[in-house]
Amino acid sequence: MPVTWIVLIILGLAAVGYVLGRQRAMASAGGDPRGLHSLPVYYGASVAIFTMVFSFLVLVAWLIIQPIVVENRIAATIPPEVIPEGSTIGLMMSDVRRIADGLDAAVAQGAMDRDYASSIRSEFTDVRERLGTIGVALGSDVGPPQLRAAQRYRAMSGTGSTLMTVVVLGIAIAGFGISMMRTNKDYRARNIVETAVLYLLIGAASIAILTTIGIILSLVFNTAEFFRLYPWTEFFFGTTWSPSFSGRGGASDLGFIPLLWGTLYISFIALIVAVPIGLYAAVYLSEYASNRVRSFAKPLLEVLAGIPTIVYGMFALLTVGPLLLAAFGDDGLGWMNAGTAVMTAGLVMGIMLIPFVSSLSDDIINAVPQAMRDGSYGLGATQSETIRQVVLPAALPGIVGAILLATSRAIGETMIVVMGAGAAAKLSLNPFEAMTTVTAKIVSQLTGDSDFASPEALVAFALGATLFVITLGLNVLALYIVRKYREQYE
Amino acid sequence: MTDATAQGAAAAPAGKTRTSLYTLDEGTKRRNAAEARFKAYGVTAICAGLFFLVVLFVSIISSGVPAFTRMVVEFDLTLTQEQYDDAESQVLKTAAYQAVFIEAFEAELNEAGVDAEFDAAALERMVGKTGGIIRSHFQANPDDIGSPVTFELPAASRIDGYFNGRLKREDVQDSRFLMVSDLDLADTLYEAGIIHNAFNWTFIFGSDSGVDNPGGAGIGVSVVGSFFMMLVVLALSLPIGVAASIYLEEFAAKNWFTDLIEVNISNLAAVPSIVFGILGLAVFIQFMGLPQSAPLVGGLVLTLMTLPTIIIATRSSLKAVPPSIRDAALGVGASKMQAVFHHVLPLAMPGILTGTIIGLAQALGETAPLLLIGMVGFVARAYPEGFMSGFTEANSVMPAQIYTWAARADQSFYEKAWGGIIILLIFLLTMNIIAIILRRRFERRW
Repeated sequence: MPVTWIVLIILGLAAVGYVLGRQRAMASAGGDPRGLHSLPVYYGASVAIFTMVFSFLVLVAWLIIQPIVVENRIAATIPPEVIPEGSTIGLMMSDVRRIADGLDAAVAQGAMDRDYASSIRSEFTDVRERLGTIGVALGSDVGPPQLRAAQRYRAMSGTGSTLMTVVVLGIAIAGFGISMMRTNKDYRARNIVETAVLYLLIGAASIAILTTIGIILSLVFNTAEFFRLYPWTEFFFGTTWSPSFSGRGGASDLGFIPLLWGTLYISFIALIVAVPIGLYAAVYLSEYASNRVRSFAKPLLEVLAGIPTIVYGMFALLTVGPLLLAAFGDDGLGWMNAGTAVMTAGLVMGIMLIPFVSSLSDDIINAVPQAMRDGSYGLGATQSETIRQVVLPAALPGIVGAILLATSRAIGETMIVVMGAGAAAKLSLNPFEAMTTVTAKIVSQLTGDSDFASPEALVAFALGATLFVITLGLNVLALYIVRKYREQYE
Repeated sequence: MTDATAQGAAAAPAGKTRTSLYTLDEGTKRRNAAEARFKAYGVTAICAGLFFLVVLFVSIISSGVPAFTRMVVEFDLTLTQEQYDDAESQVLKTAAYQAVFIEAFEAELNEAGVDAEFDAAALERMVGKTGGIIRSHFQANPDDIGSPVTFELPAASRIDGYFNGRLKREDVQDSRFLMVSDLDLADTLYEAGIIHNAFNWTFIFGSDSGVDNPGGAGIGVSVVGSFFMMLVVLALSLPIGVAASIYLEEFAAKNWFTDLIEVNISNLAAVPSIVFGILGLAVFIQFMGLPQSAPLVGGLVLTLMTLPTIIIATRSSLKAVPPSIRDAALGVGASKMQAVFHHVLPLAMPGILTGTIIGLAQALGETAPLLLIGMVGFVARAYPEGFMSGFTEANSVMPAQIYTWAARADQSFYEKAWGGIIILLIFLLTMNIIAIILRRRFERRW
């Protein structure tokens, strides 16, 4: 029975259970809800929960485990001597799976009947051609061992699915029956339902952990695969980046240093733009500005934070780049060859980071107790002296935290550098030269590529892993500093 | 302290330095100047920020508005039944139709009182293969035969570029795409009102065109892609985010598990978006085998990215509901769960929705992770066939479409990219305004 049908049957059973559970509870209380322990809806809901929850859990577990078990059993039955030269058991099993899927498709389309599909012999029929005619393409010829394994695979999967239907529906019916039997006026249905809801809430909260685990696993596995194909010393210490794409021949140089340099250089320029402007804006807004100016300037500055990065990318590529080129290019000072450069990307990224720095610093400056300012004024200091000598030193750890967060933002920023910084990986000090970054190379190595076997594609995962580690370190440090600072004045 | 008078302040008696509060000594002057400078730095910083904002918007609007209009060539044409039969009976059918068109066009010129020299080739360079267009119109609408029909054909992208200033007359060299003489003809026709500016509906409702056809490019299909993706994000991130926040804010005990969740959420909020793209590629596409470029996968990736934002917003609005509400509910016999779901949650709802909309607006503008899972602009070729296939069929989203246009060699696409940005910003602005209105109308201060 297809999985959708099983799901629908269970859902239907749960709906019936809801109605019947409610009725039974009401009947046991003599039709008066005041005689019940819980509200009538809870009795219905508890029957529905018992019907659904365990059966769905078993269903999901079965769907995950069955293919693994079947595969292992089939793989164990294939004698090692039938595996062709240069192939592995893993490759052979993927062939077997594909043939089995092909036979399934053939049966589903009516090109073969069920018995024929399980008795067909490759000695007498060209299975590859037969499957080819109904649109199932197979990579290699179908030999007798593969075909027999595929037929066994289908048989075992079929048995497994039947067994699964029986077990899952059995659990659903059992849950339905047991909870119906337990339903009477003293049954604590609300507690059951609330426990179930609580587990649901815990499950939702755990998704954050699962996401982190998912990120780490997807980075670790593919990075390990990359380092199997490419030496890690050359990745971390290599100073040239020149991937050669398969087909053109030649080995790739996948050195990480030039990308790291580009990333840091661009982030540095971005911070040079963003930190003074953001910090002075925050100081002015929190210490000097009247309420009217504040209520007008603060939201406007924060608009800059709400603009998507693709817009900044366009701004870098088509507005700032040509402007800089006019000033520093061949017509001007002659330092710049193209609109895409470290300066272009850094400048625009700095604009993007202004509201980030200013609103974080604003919060931190506001958290400095008024008593410290008053003390300073009382000693005769002017407002700017108070700010420079009392408020800012007091807020310094928080501001450092804010700048670290901005740095991590800059290092992880993608679209601005993809569009504004150029594509060539270079180790140079000239800020008007095109350079590239870790994020830009992740995009260019992975976009539109679904082949994850070559080091040129897998390197993106290694780059991603390094990026993740760097930004994670910065974030943890920044959060630690900010939290420490907050505790100081709370 | 001195007892000098105001009048004698400036002239202190020799020998003994007497100063007045009314005169500023060197130190005070310096300090006041420093104060003024410091204040000026602050004003400069704010002005710089606002200046960048203004430059950004001016360049978006000035470069993007031309994408919404295009030059069209307008003419009336009456095709008689005999002409139709005659043309259909010929071997070169479109050529016959073109002859009809040229005849009609001459009549149009005479009517407008314009004296212009033109040939068939020049017209083809300006408006494309008219014969085919006219033929397919009359084949699709046979009832129009015999009555006058007004055609509005989009001008070629180079003519378009000439009128909106992208293409300078000095730069034009004779080629099979455009002759300098065509520009004279175009100018004459423009003065006669035969070529005029019209709203470009293709840009709003069209799909991505090939690299050689900037005029036919539209953002409609990727808007639909964004829509389906945002549906997935909304349907997943709102319930999961609210459930997680309720657990953390109302039920979680202070233990290592809660701490672990908290640390994870605050870190995920700061993980670069591209890392989420890598996660989507490795887990959803590589491991689970979901289709590439599908709005469903994009939605899943962006859900994970948006969750921290929604959780942080929801928790702060749950925190803002005063404990007295909970106590009152518990006091009349509600269980903890009932107190939260019946009383606290409805009161926190405006704040939650505001946070959700802001999170969705962030997700709508996100590009980099979607490029990794294959939602690049050039897959947005056709509208999805049905509602369900809208989730699984390969499509793009607005920002990825803009990126694809900006990356093309033909500069005519840049204008489309800026136009796409205007549309994207209109969506974002609408969402933010809704969020602000929600906050103003429903937020309660306790």
